[in-house]
Amino acid sequence: MNISLTRRYRFAASHRLHTAKLSEAENKRVYGKCSNPYGHGHNYVLEVTVTGPVDAATGMIANLGELDPFVQREVIEPFDQKFLNEEVAEFREQVATTENVCREIFRRLKGFPQAKLERVRIEETSKNSFEIEADVDALDEVAA
Amino acid sequence: MEGAALSRGDCMIRITRKIEFSAAHFYHNPNFSAEENRRVFGKCNNPHGHGHNYVLEVTIAGEPDPTTGMVLDLKELKNILQTEVMERMDHRHLNYEVPELAGQIPTCENIAAVIWALLEPKIKSGKLDRVRLYESPELFVDVSAGNGARA
Repeated sequence: MNISLTRRYRFAASHRLHTAKLSEAENKRVYGKCSNPYGHGHNYVLEVTVTGPVDAATGMIANLGELDPFVQREVIEPFDQKFLNEEVAEFREQVATTENVCREIFRRLKGFPQAKLERVRIEETSKNSFEIEADVDALDEVAA
Repeated sequence: MEGAALSRGDCMIRITRKIEFSAAHFYHNPNFSAEENRRVFGKCNNPHGHGHNYVLEVTIAGEPDPTTGMVLDLKELKNILQTEVMERMDHRHLNYEVPELAGQIPTCENIAAVIWALLEPKIKSGKLDRVRLYESPELFVDVSAGNGARA
């Protein structure tokens, strides 16, 4: 039997999909209106899934009293109400697509000491979602 | 056009049924001191308890029967969920009224694992694939078949 616990969090942030590796015309073609120079924003929903043994004394995989402040410190505080391209250092170098945001959040959360991070899933809007799982964690090193 | 009936082995289908139940609980480990209980469980340690509207999603996987076109009869699943989950847990206090949870802290993890253990032997058509239990829209636990190792 496998068991996992998933917690949902929210943050609101702005971003612009644009890369210096492409010309203005190519940026426009690839990213369309997401490349608008002034940026735009989303209400992101972040789902964090952890696995591990259920502690017999507490009945828990992870205590939310520990998980919540960890996610708050590592992700919500640095991302919420921010312009991701400028205010989160990692997105000065890589495009703040939600694929890359997923990967960066996974990197920030995988050190959670009390349980194993299994999956990070982000709803960028109610129509788009992105997820990354532990076994593709090696992709971290391939960041653009 | 002829209906292209699926032959056995063609595909695996998953079907999910959702139910809701409301129950009370609190977290307390008698082996912890009062201070430790408060520290570990926070406001969930309130001895008067508190409650949730739990949402349970039960997923069955299998191949549709060639005659009925069904993985299993949803009426049958509905009856199983009624007997095994609703009658045991709906409008109950999980610390006191559910023998399967006796001696365990009624966390979402433990409740989901108990529900898995109750349902798994009752599913005769298809196999129990996943139990997802929402304690709130912001917190859920998934239980699925593993490699035989109990988590």
